[in-house]
Amino acid sequence: MNIRHRRRTVVTASALLATSLTLAACSGGEDTDSGSGSDTGSDSDAGSSIGTDPDSFEVMSSNENPTLRDQLDALAANQCSAENEALPLEHRTIAQADTVQQITLLASQGALPSHFIAGTDQVRPTGDLGGSELVLDYQEAFTESGAWENVLPAAASTIESVYGQMVSMPYQYNLEGFWYNKEILAELGLEEPQSYDELVDAADAAAEAGYIPIAQAGADGWPLTRLMGLYIFRNVGPDAMAAVRDGEASLTDPEYVAGAQALQDLALGGALGEGFISRTGDQATAALLSGQALMKYDGTWLLSAVNDPERNEVGEENIGFMPFPDVSGGAGSADQYPANAGAAMAINPETYGPLTADWFACIAENYGQQALSDAGVLSGFAVNGDVGDIPAATADIQERMSSIDETVLWFEALLDSESNSLASTNASLLVNGDMSAEEYMTQLQDSIDSNR
Amino acid sequence: MSRVFGDKKTILILLLPTLSIYVLLKVIPVAWSLGLSFFQGNTLRGFEFVGLDNFREFAGDSAALNSVWVSVSFAVIVTVAQVTFGYLLALLYVFVLRKGSAFVRTAVFFPMVLPTVAVALLFKSLIAVGENQGPVNDAINAFGGESIEFLASTAGTMTIAVIMTLWSSMGFYAVLLYTGLLDIPEEVVESARMDGATGPRLVGYIIIPLSLPILLSSIIFSLNATLKVFDSLLALNNGGPGTTTAPLTLYMYRTAFEYAEYGYGSTIALALTLLCLVFTLVVFRPSSKRVED
Repeated sequence: MNIRHRRRTVVTASALLATSLTLAACSGGEDTDSGSGSDTGSDSDAGSSIGTDPDSFEVMSSNENPTLRDQLDALAANQCSAENEALPLEHRTIAQADTVQQITLLASQGALPSHFIAGTDQVRPTGDLGGSELVLDYQEAFTESGAWENVLPAAASTIESVYGQMVSMPYQYNLEGFWYNKEILAELGLEEPQSYDELVDAADAAAEAGYIPIAQAGADGWPLTRLMGLYIFRNVGPDAMAAVRDGEASLTDPEYVAGAQALQDLALGGALGEGFISRTGDQATAALLSGQALMKYDGTWLLSAVNDPERNEVGEENIGFMPFPDVSGGAGSADQYPANAGAAMAINPETYGPLTADWFACIAENYGQQALSDAGVLSGFAVNGDVGDIPAATADIQERMSSIDETVLWFEALLDSESNSLASTNASLLVNGDMSAEEYMTQLQDSIDSNR
Repeated sequence: MSRVFGDKKTILILLLPTLSIYVLLKVIPVAWSLGLSFFQGNTLRGFEFVGLDNFREFAGDSAALNSVWVSVSFAVIVTVAQVTFGYLLALLYVFVLRKGSAFVRTAVFFPMVLPTVAVALLFKSLIAVGENQGPVNDAINAFGGESIEFLASTAGTMTIAVIMTLWSSMGFYAVLLYTGLLDIPEEVVESARMDGATGPRLVGYIIIPLSLPILLSSIIFSLNATLKVFDSLLALNNGGPGTTTAPLTLYMYRTAFEYAEYGYGSTIALALTLLCLVFTLVVFRPSSKRVED
């Protein structure tokens, strides 16, 4: 009896031990005062001395974005050398996927760097950071330091509509649309599609001729939901997703379900090519730039690949860019490009002292020119000074940007993080036919409702 | 020696460092996490006591229940398969290959030392379709079939995950069970043979009963490892398509760290702990009785 009893205790203990690692992972770091956010709030009346300068200008960016670090280093060595001398630039990196976890932890310990990457949902007024004034709404502070005039109005309005406040620096300013191979289009005897129906016809023709019609990276999820989202924006109008957020419309309304249906039809009709569900972003880009695919829906961040002769085998002059076309009878228009300003890069109000303010002013003044001339990256900052010769594709995008009156966001932009994740994970079930368009939208709407 | 261990002070001195580290790193976090299950929120937003709300949410959360199903079915299928194959391999080592089994043992064990993520990437490229088609689909094409995108369906993803896990861990269970078989006294086997027991009868009446303790340990070991499966399903297809192959661990990770809901994440972790406990008890209860008999 005694032996039995002891044995059972050992079993219980070992089972607990076996899972304690998993449990331990969840329990890290909650011993700090969770309310610490509220007493570090920014006092915007204090002007440029909202906070106190630390010993260095610490910037935390994602591993996946070396361009930002390179460009900031270049600024520190040249245009912003005085600022760098007063407050040396220091980099910290994290994996983009760990952003929410890391930033939550750092913020709860009061250890946020001066400038840091954050989750989209976190910096909104309703988010964990944005709600407790742990991120700086920099419009007023920048106006005071004279840096505000260097933030392009289009980028500012995009940031305002994504985050609900000016809390992210526009290191990127991207439009999205279809990148296509001009040679293949000519070979098929077609013109640039002007309507969604023409787009589908072009895809069919490309499939018949043995090309991948639209090389989307299904493994990433979002390249699929973008197509659905844009169909909805063209069909319902530019305020389609804001209406869902505000509860004025539901994703289960027939005009929204039509978007999911359009994506499913496109996928099941073969327009996305073979094996697209497990296709990665790099493979999709390679398919377009090696001449295997007619087109690919992507952002203008693709410019760096298009302009790189080593990656672009079909030649820069053979790659064109067009907006997501009109849907016949829809309230939206092809001129309303989807725009975004990259991942949120927020400013810590606590460390926004005079020297840090100088750094941000210098970045705002010089980043546009630096990034464009050195990396071909279009940012949301004004380009001050000479940038030399710009590749044709970049110039084309720049021209489109300057003529835009109205932009739309992407499908998931206004969703909470759980629904956001659900939208892209469930997309694979929608496109393989396991889930109907109605089911997809119903599940998503349920998630939105339960997170409201 | 008995005088040393009879001294309470010595016991305390010897035990204290390990015990304190164990309590600090294991017991306290576990207890903390247990407590968190009754709260909602995260370190930034603060925690709010919600009583049993998280448990009620769990009971009605279809994604969570699906994850329980994924974890349990994966654990049962993989455990049955890997212990069976491991046992067959062990029998092969002991009774067929005998002294010459060293090379085969090493070769079958080898995948165990590879990182799971690398194995998942390997399998992903083996079954790839489209522009960079893998050898599996090439073979299917060669026999006149059409390419299959395994990762596009739940059944396909699960099948690949099971095969992948078997490939990488079967050798480990084979070695574990092999050592158990070596412990069976040669005389017992010999006398059984003399009595005319051969092949399946020898295995059924002599080998299995005598290696039962190690067999049960393997089953518990395997169940606990597979119930907590995380990296292979994450690396293979990110718990997809959709969330249909997301185990409880992945759901817990996403809830706690991606959605920053630490309270509900802890509730899911607790559910996982209970699941492991239940499985262990179910396997151990009848077995401990039999072993004692």
